[in-house]
Amino acid sequence: MSPNAYLIVSAVLFCVGLSGVLLRRNALVVFMSVEVMLNAANLALVTFSKVHSVLDGQVAAFFTMVVAAAEVVVGLAIIITIFRSKASLSLDDARRLRH
Amino acid sequence: MGMNMLLLESGFTRWAGASWLVIALPLLVAAVLLSAGALSDSWGHWLGVAGIAVPFCYSILLFCLMLSAPEPFTSTLYTWLSLGTVKVGVSLLVDQLSILFLLLVTGVGMLVAVYTVGYLAHDAGRRRCFGYINLFIAAMLLLVLADNYGLLFLGWEGVGLASYLLIGFWQERNAAALAAKKAFLMNRVADLGLLTAIAVLFTQAGTLRFSAVPAALQEAGGPWAGIVGVALLLAACGKSAQVPLQSWLLDAMEGPTPVSALIHAATMVTAGVYLMLRSVPVYELAPTVRVVVVLIGVLTLFLGAWIAMTERNLKRVLAGSTMSQVGYLMLAAGLGPVGAVFAVFHLLTHGVFKADLFLTAGAITEAVGFNELRKLGGLLKLLPWTFAAFTCGYLAIIGVPFLSGFYSKEHIIAAAWADSPLLGVCALLGVGLTACYMTRLLLLLFAGKPRWQDTYDTDSTSDKHDTDDTADTEDTNTAADVEIRRTPASMAFPLVVLSLLALVGGLALNGWLQSWLAPVFSVTAPATNWLHFDWLSYTAIGVMLVGVLVAVVWYRKVTPAWFEEPVPAIASPGLYADIIMERGIVAPSVRLTSGVTWLEQRGLDSDAADADGTDGLWLGLNGVSALVLRLQNGSVRTYALLCSIGVVVVLALMLFWVWM
Repeated sequence: MSPNAYLIVSAVLFCVGLSGVLLRRNALVVFMSVEVMLNAANLALVTFSKVHSVLDGQVAAFFTMVVAAAEVVVGLAIIITIFRSKASLSLDDARRLRH
Repeated sequence: MGMNMLLLESGFTRWAGASWLVIALPLLVAAVLLSAGALSDSWGHWLGVAGIAVPFCYSILLFCLMLSAPEPFTSTLYTWLSLGTVKVGVSLLVDQLSILFLLLVTGVGMLVAVYTVGYLAHDAGRRRCFGYINLFIAAMLLLVLADNYGLLFLGWEGVGLASYLLIGFWQERNAAALAAKKAFLMNRVADLGLLTAIAVLFTQAGTLRFSAVPAALQEAGGPWAGIVGVALLLAACGKSAQVPLQSWLLDAMEGPTPVSALIHAATMVTAGVYLMLRSVPVYELAPTVRVVVVLIGVLTLFLGAWIAMTERNLKRVLAGSTMSQVGYLMLAAGLGPVGAVFAVFHLLTHGVFKADLFLTAGAITEAVGFNELRKLGGLLKLLPWTFAAFTCGYLAIIGVPFLSGFYSKEHIIAAAWADSPLLGVCALLGVGLTACYMTRLLLLLFAGKPRWQDTYDTDSTSDKHDTDDTADTEDTNTAADVEIRRTPASMAFPLVVLSLLALVGGLALNGWLQSWLAPVFSVTAPATNWLHFDWLSYTAIGVMLVGVLVAVVWYRKVTPAWFEEPVPAIASPGLYADIIMERGIVAPSVRLTSGVTWLEQRGLDSDAADADGTDGLWLGLNGVSALVLRLQNGSVRTYALLCSIGVVVVLALMLFWVWM
C-alpha cells in the first residue's frame, strides 16, 4: 500500500488548519482549525500505523482524540467567558495579556 | 596456646572493628553539649570528660590486645566516594602507629579535660568549651584512624574547626577573635596543599589509601611523587606551625590554657608530622623534597627557639618552644623511615612534657591571675608544688639523662648525624637552645622575688581573669599584693600524672618503640641500651649544660629595666612573620578586593545608576529586555505565527541534518 495519497491529504489538511489558525480572527473558527490540524496529524499516524503493521499509531490517534475532546471542553469554556466579558469573539480584541 | 592466640586475635578484630565508636562517642557528646544549652551546665563538663575517658579505656584495651597480636586491622564502614575507578572508603586503620596516637590523644585529652573542669570552674562557658574539646577529640581520632588521605582530610578540617572555635573561646575579646581568624585563614592555605595532593593522587595514582599510594605513584612516574610531596609539606607546615606558616601558633595562645596544652602543644600541631609519617614512602620516591622537609624542620627548630628566647609572655614562650620541638619532629620525619620512628618517639614524649608545662603555666595563671613574665617571678616559695611539676617538664624537655626528652632527642640527633654531620650539628645546637630558653623561663618564673609589686602598668594580655578587661585590670594588676589562689584537685591530679610520665616516659619507650614500629615503617631503627652513652650523648649533655649556663649568666645580669623596655623589633612578633604576611598577602588581597569592588560598583551595579548612567549591568539587562518585550504584544495570532515559524525552523534543521 502506498501511503503517499494519505500523507498528501494529511499535509493539505494540516496546512488548511494552520492557515485558519493564523489568518482567521473568530475564536470559534480558529478553534475548529486547530481541530483540523489535530485530525491531520491523526490521519498521518493511522497511515504509518497501517504501513508498518503495528498498532502504535492508532493508539496514539485515540489518545489525540481523547485529549482533543478534553481540550474542547476547556477551550469552549474560555471562549464563552471571553465572549461574556467582551461581547466579541474576535481574537484581536482579547489582547490584554501583554507587556 | 594456639587456641589462645586465636581467641586473642579474634578479640582484637572484634574490638578493632568497633573503632568507629571512639569517633562517634565524642562527636555525640559534642552534639549533646552544644545543643542542650544551659540545661547541661551543671553536668556537661563531666559528660565531656566521659566522652574522652571512654575512648581512652577503649584505646588501652585495644593496645593490650594488640600487644599479643600486633596485626594492623582495617574496618571499612562504607564507600564514601566512588568516582570512576577511584574509591574512597570510610575505612579506619588500627595499626601500630595509629594506636600510639590514639593513646596519646585520648590520654592527654582526658587529663586536660579533667584539668579544664577546675580551670574553667568559674567560667560561664565551661560546657561550651567541653563541647568543642569533644569535637576536637572526635576529629583528631578520625584523622589518626583514617586509612586514606580523603578521610584524613575530613579529620584535618575537623581539628581545624575545633582549633578555631577554641582559640576564639573568649570571643568577646578582640585579640582572641583575631587570633582565631588568623589561625583559621593560615590553616586554609595549608588545606590547599592537602587538597592539591589529594587531587594529584586522584588523577595520577588512582588511589588515596596510605598503603597503596607509594606503589601507584612509582608506577605513575614523572614528577608526581615530588608534587604530592611538596603539597603535603605545605599542608604539614600550616597545621604544625612550620616556617612559612608559623605565626598563627603564637596568637593561638589567646585560647584557654588547657586547650593550648591539648591542641596547640600535644596533639593537633603534631597532625602535620603525622601526615609526614604516613607519607614517608612518598618522600622516599622524591629525595629532593625530603631535603626540603628537613630544611624546614631545621629552620623552624631555630626560629621557634629564637621566639622562645625573646617572648615575654609565659604561654608564648612555650608556644615558641612547641614550634621548635615540632621542628625537631619535621627534621626527623624528613630523614626517612629510621628518622620517622624517632619522630614518633619524640612526638609522644613531647606531647607529655609539653602538656605538663602548659598545664603548669595554666596553674600559675590560675594562682596569680596573669602570665606576663615581667610581672611574675619568685614563685618558688609561693607555689612549690607547681614548681615541682614545672621542673619535671623542664628537666624532660632540656634532655637531662634518663628523662623522656633525653632519649627521644638523642635518637633524633644520632639519626641526623648519620644523615649528614651538618644536620647533626644543627640538632645539637637545638639542644643547647632548648636548654637556654627553658632555663631562662624557669628562672624568670621561679627565681628571685615576685615582680608584680613594682609593675604598675595596666596593659594586660593575661590569660583568664580579664574577660572583662576594663574592670578587672585595675584590681589584679595594680594591686601590690596578688592573692594566690589554691590549685584545685582536679587541676593537680593531671599535673601529677603528666609529671611522672615526663620523668619515666622515655625510659619506658626506649627500645620497645623501635621494635613496635618496625612493621609500620618496614625498618628496624637502632635501639640502644638505656645506659649506653656514646660520644654523641656526652656531647648533647655538654651542649645542654652550656645552654643552661648561658641562661643563668643572662639571668644574673638582667636588670629590672629590661622588663620595662619593649621587645626589640627583630624579636617581635615571631621574627617579622606577621609583617611579611601583612605586607605580602593581606595588603595585596585587600587591594584586589577594593579593585573588584570598584569594578563592581562602577561597571555592574551602583546605587546611583540612573543618575550617572554607569550601571553596566542595569543598562545591558534593560536594553535586552526592552527588545524581547516587543514580542510580547498580546496578539494570539502573533504567538501562533511565532510557534509555527519555530516548528518550521526546527523541521528544516532536522531535514538538513538527515540530508547531510
